[in-house]
Amino acid sequence: MSTPTAPQPSWRQLGEHAVSPRATHDEVARFDFLMRLNLHLSQAVLPGVKQAYETRVKPAFEAVHGREPADRHEVRRAMQKDLHYQLWSALRRNTMEQRQQAGRSVVYRQLGELRAKADSLNEGAETLQLDASITSPRYATAVDIHCMPGNYHTEEVARDIGAGANYDAGLFVTTAGALGSYSDGGGQALVEWLKKTYPDFKPRRILDIGCTIGHNAVPLAQAFPDAQVVAIDTAAPVLRYGHARARSLGVNNIEFRQAAGEAVPAADGEFDLVTTAMFWHETSSRAMPKIMKEVHRVLAPGGMTLHLEQPQYAGMAPFEAFMRDWDAYNNNEPFWTAMHEFDLDALMVQSGFPVGAYFETSMQAKVDRRLFPAPTGSEAGSQEDYGRTPRWTAFGARKPEELSQ
Amino acid sequence: MSTNPNENRLPEPGDIDPLVLANRRAKGKRPSFLDDPAVERVLSIAMAVAAELSVARERMDTLERLLVSKGIFKPDEVESYMPDAEAQAQRNQWGREYISRVLRMLEQDVQAMSGPQDPALEQVIDELRDMRA
Repeated sequence: MSTPTAPQPSWRQLGEHAVSPRATHDEVARFDFLMRLNLHLSQAVLPGVKQAYETRVKPAFEAVHGREPADRHEVRRAMQKDLHYQLWSALRRNTMEQRQQAGRSVVYRQLGELRAKADSLNEGAETLQLDASITSPRYATAVDIHCMPGNYHTEEVARDIGAGANYDAGLFVTTAGALGSYSDGGGQALVEWLKKTYPDFKPRRILDIGCTIGHNAVPLAQAFPDAQVVAIDTAAPVLRYGHARARSLGVNNIEFRQAAGEAVPAADGEFDLVTTAMFWHETSSRAMPKIMKEVHRVLAPGGMTLHLEQPQYAGMAPFEAFMRDWDAYNNNEPFWTAMHEFDLDALMVQSGFPVGAYFETSMQAKVDRRLFPAPTGSEAGSQEDYGRTPRWTAFGARKPEELSQ
Repeated sequence: MSTNPNENRLPEPGDIDPLVLANRRAKGKRPSFLDDPAVERVLSIAMAVAAELSVARERMDTLERLLVSKGIFKPDEVESYMPDAEAQAQRNQWGREYISRVLRMLEQDVQAMSGPQDPALEQVIDELRDMRA
């Protein structure tokens, strides 16, 4: 049998650590089926959605209105009646639900063993600071984000880590391996960009907001081993899991702390670098300005803030914006649609950053290409899949050395 | 590690039912994609069955490869296997049973089309209730 030359991702290739859920032969086969189904849906079924729009939905709309759909909402209302779009959407939603079921069935049957491993790594550690007085904000409890039952915060058992373990196990399936063996392609992309763009930038204190299982904080901590990283989240199960995960990977310079981005437990100017990764779309219009003001407050003069997100809708064709909006309406990402309309430059100015400080760049996941495929849409001729692909807009700003008003 | 005072009220891993937790629905109203909600449910069931077929196929593939690697048979032996007449007859019998089980509903629809039409069950219920010796 010849060795395939193209990368052939499998759940089996994911990097292991002490609290990784262990999967049986058939559980791996189930994850891999769902991974291949996701790839098939984005590569073979999705092109038909655009075709349906171009060949029948848009012409029918134009026949009635005498013009093209003006925005993504008009596109959505027209497309919702199209059978191919309905089937693609139904399958995509269902695949997400199957992925959650598959992950949870792996995790909860071995929760006792996983929790014991986490306990042994977490017990007495100063670097895990839970605070029972922190309640989950409305944006984290209104619906279960990306159809993840119980979201990041629900505790089914005492000292629960299940939500973290399920999230970790399933990232591979949702992204079809495009985030790499430790699902850390985002954090690695941030590191690569920082080292290339600001080779002399050596942050000593780093804050990661909305860290979940710390999969993007770990590469930052590894890249800046002399730095102290503080990773905050409001959800205890992912913090317990993330702390144990980081420890077992030999990363000891991260403090996982239960805290909200709206009230960072830190003094003014405490951090040289403040990051988020795919975080803002899981907040709210009220929370965003509060959190960004905190980012500005805790940044030291000369410090930098850097955020990974999907691209904003401004200037985007209505069909593409409609496709990128799919998760908002169909995958329990309710703030996704409003977040991608925010004027981020203005938000940062309102938060205290000087006019002109805002910058924006694009990044894609940095992963081991021998094991994992390039993200869809990243190569000529490959298919754009509007939102799942780990190709991001990164935005940020530097705080001036001398504060100017 | 700080302790959470609420933790005492939560169950232990031995007290949970993994199947119930695995099948928990995500909070948030589920969108309806297809015009008929029943069809949407059938699609969802079909995709779950498709997943399990893929899992079974992969397990069989593993078994075949292990048998080859242990020298129990050669790589092409599965492909070149010729069932004898008896084996083929057994397969055909199994295949007929399998298909008729899967498509039972269609067969019974056709049976219902021929012969006298069954009255509504309500009619039979009334008839049996009203029977007098």
